[in-house]
Amino acid sequence: MADVLAARPSAGRRTLPLPDLWWLPRAAILGLLAFAIFGPLVNLVLWAVAERWYYPHMLPIDYGFSFWAKVFAPRGNAVESLATSLGIAVATVAASLALAVPAGYALARLALPLRSLILVAFLIPQAFPNLPVYVNIARLFYEIGLNGTVLGVVMVHVVHGLVYAVWIATAAFAAVDRELEEAARSIGAGALTTFRDVTLPLAAPGLMASAIFVFLESLDEFTGTYFVGAPDVTTLPLLLYTAGAGGNYQVASITALLLLVPSIGFMLVVERFLRADVLARVGR
Amino acid sequence: MTHRLLGPLLVLPALATIVCLFVVPLAASVVGAFDLAGAPSLANFDKAFALYGRDIVFTVAIVALSTALIGGLSVAIGGYLTLGEHPLAVAALRWLYRWPLFVPFIVVGQVARTFLAKNGLMNNILVSVGLLSPLDTVGFLDWRGIVVAFVWKQTPFVALLVAGAMASLDRATIEAARNLGASRPRILLEIVVPQVAPTLLVGLILSFVTMMSVLSVPLMINAETPTMITADIAFRINAYGDYGVANALGVISLALTGTVAWIYLRQAVRERA
Repeated sequence: MADVLAARPSAGRRTLPLPDLWWLPRAAILGLLAFAIFGPLVNLVLWAVAERWYYPHMLPIDYGFSFWAKVFAPRGNAVESLATSLGIAVATVAASLALAVPAGYALARLALPLRSLILVAFLIPQAFPNLPVYVNIARLFYEIGLNGTVLGVVMVHVVHGLVYAVWIATAAFAAVDRELEEAARSIGAGALTTFRDVTLPLAAPGLMASAIFVFLESLDEFTGTYFVGAPDVTTLPLLLYTAGAGGNYQVASITALLLLVPSIGFMLVVERFLRADVLARVGR
Repeated sequence: MTHRLLGPLLVLPALATIVCLFVVPLAASVVGAFDLAGAPSLANFDKAFALYGRDIVFTVAIVALSTALIGGLSVAIGGYLTLGEHPLAVAALRWLYRWPLFVPFIVVGQVARTFLAKNGLMNNILVSVGLLSPLDTVGFLDWRGIVVAFVWKQTPFVALLVAGAMASLDRATIEAARNLGASRPRILLEIVVPQVAPTLLVGLILSFVTMMSVLSVPLMINAETPTMITADIAFRINAYGDYGVANALGVISLALTGTVAWIYLRQAVRERA
């Protein structure tokens, strides 16, 4: 049967007239898609280096970096926002991993009652619109003095990132070969030593992916920070929003570019960290 | 004894974080929606529907339209990646479609606002290549801008899931249908899509929920009336400190996403039965 099928490749397409012209619609659609995807991105880059740009000029009239100098001036608020954003993101990653590594290990390796229910529980923040939640967290935080603090913003970002952290960590630990752990135990290593010297290093690429993911989610988070942090804690997304609302498209675009570069970078390398065997186990 | 407790003990901190910082505030929003000055009441919902009824319809229409477009485009992209016969075009598409995957919504909002404006780069290019006269240009910074921004950002995510599911399908049925003379669109719609429907649905529901909670895009592209519920919630809080109506709007958006999730669950149960 298989031989018969293989012997008749593409029998159904013989009737197409002028098959040589098929590159035309193909190229047109791909070109349109490229325009739809890169047009807006090029537009952002143009705004970031435009000194003057107004109607009816298709492209900026002058190019330059004077806005960059303004944004990155020692007293400019971008440097401060960048530092705040990075600090919050690093703290969020540290807290998320501290919570997710033990939880992921337990979910992957230990006997756990209601395991699938617990896994689903970590999905809750993805399954409900989180705006009403942020509104009420902000109200709660206001009463206990956490509103407008970096700690409050970190806590909101941790909840948001914990889904990815726990699910990816669980998959990463599940993908580690049990026999390697058993081998370590059988030559006398303790449970903790086995975890530290065998399991953890083998799960490291997956954990790295979850760390990068949480880092990016925190760096890009707007809604929670808007309610819990503003106006005292200004991260890059809030700076971008304020600059854009004030009509300062150059500053907004430069800030957007700062957020865009790590996002695109991660998109390009994500497969190196998240191997197929780990990815296949996410959510199991 | 200690061994049996170790697992729950290791999970507990993470679980407690979700409960304290998500489940409790979520419950607070539901309770707060039915509360007027300490007494149970539906007044917040009356006010929410009276003031923002149009915005609720607008939100549902925008998110439903975006979801439909995302679904169609994802199937088209995944389908071409699976069934495409021109290796170069398949490789180009594979490289191309993923770029917006991790671009934050706030950046998408800013980009869309400058790109789609009446005098934005898109219209400028169309005018300069002669496809449009300067008098015919229109801005897209209304519901269309929001839809474009949502579709631009969410399609790669769903397409990635769908393409992954399509790639792991058994090729034998596809090859058999092809040898019987079925066209590729027909193979896609009648053989491939039904098999990846659960994955497609999960991706679309996750996108639906995500779009229902995005605040930055409606604020940046179209903050006038009618706008999306998220912008109204922010306005109620910032302008009036009115948590009652804000929470009622929150519960309405919860109910909308809940309905979608329920439809999915019912379908999933029926398929297993």
